[in-house]
Amino acid sequence: MSGMHRHRVRGLSLQRIVQLLSAVLFNGYAIGFQKGRIFTGGSKAVCVPVLNCYSCPGALGACPIGALQAALGGMKRHFPFYVLGMLMLFGVVLGRVVCGLLCPFGLVQDLLHKLPFPKVEVPRRIDRPARYVKYVVLLVLVVLLPAFALTDTGVRPPYFCQYVCPAGTLEGGIPLLLADPMLRGLAGALFQWKVLVLIGVVLPSLCIHRPFCRYLCPLGAFYSLFNRFSFFQMRLDERRCVGCGRCERSCPMAVEVTKDINSPECIRCGKCRSVCPTGAISSGFAVSAGEKSANRRPE
Amino acid sequence: MRNRSVLLLRWGLLGLALAMIAAGLLRQEHLEVLGKAVRVCLECIGIG
Repeated sequence: MSGMHRHRVRGLSLQRIVQLLSAVLFNGYAIGFQKGRIFTGGSKAVCVPVLNCYSCPGALGACPIGALQAALGGMKRHFPFYVLGMLMLFGVVLGRVVCGLLCPFGLVQDLLHKLPFPKVEVPRRIDRPARYVKYVVLLVLVVLLPAFALTDTGVRPPYFCQYVCPAGTLEGGIPLLLADPMLRGLAGALFQWKVLVLIGVVLPSLCIHRPFCRYLCPLGAFYSLFNRFSFFQMRLDERRCVGCGRCERSCPMAVEVTKDINSPECIRCGKCRSVCPTGAISSGFAVSAGEKSANRRPE
Repeated sequence: MRNRSVLLLRWGLLGLALAMIAAGLLRQEHLEVLGKAVRVCLECIGIG
């Protein structure tokens, strides 16, 4: 896949084309947007690899983060083999390729960042610790609270979906409320809070690249645990690297490409590969022992 | 050596993931996912 971004179709990079196709594929029930109804077919028993609200009128599959919370907080209270197995499958095969190429909410943030606003580089002393917040979100809001925190009404709500997920508001809440006057009548303080969270993600996206993916996304946090040993790997040929630093300057996730190319923060968008003047960076699936999979330079 | 252990981990996790999906299917957990996903999730859309 070397030089993926050098190939463009009608001005669109291949990354953008894959992102658009996957957004359409995961939300292909177009009539749902018109009618204000969600899809109810059997494909919704399968989790999609991305953060894609199953209450989006177009959604054809289930959101893995929503499904995980539902399984942990459901009446049966069992270990969620099916959902966790699916998450692990996506993680071990693709790692954060899912974030860079497949996630519709990642695409939204990429497009917002293209708009002509002043760009901000988050200072390292804030950026590095803030990246751990997404692991806290995963552990507390997606696992612990839905599994153990009962409300007054005796239910365990999906806390992340209910109080944080901006993808749910954008893909599910706003389209459904626009199409359904009855739901509009039910919207109150919680909906206002969720719109505020959405605005809190959208506005920084104009200046910072993918702030939600960097700091808050629990699905990105889960996949990042697999980045170093997933089948899909980035590779750096150190003999061809001339140390020009273009890869690190172009990286939207501020990864130190030459030191840790398969960092948990790398979303495998391929920007580094496309700007490398010597073709030292490549990517692909590593399935046998003969293939070098992870390149880390000693600090 | 490191490559070999990474490879082992990679294939081991793939096997574990597939086994967990199979176990979930046997316990019909996919029907729970379906049951949740075909109803509008009021929490997700901010109705509560």
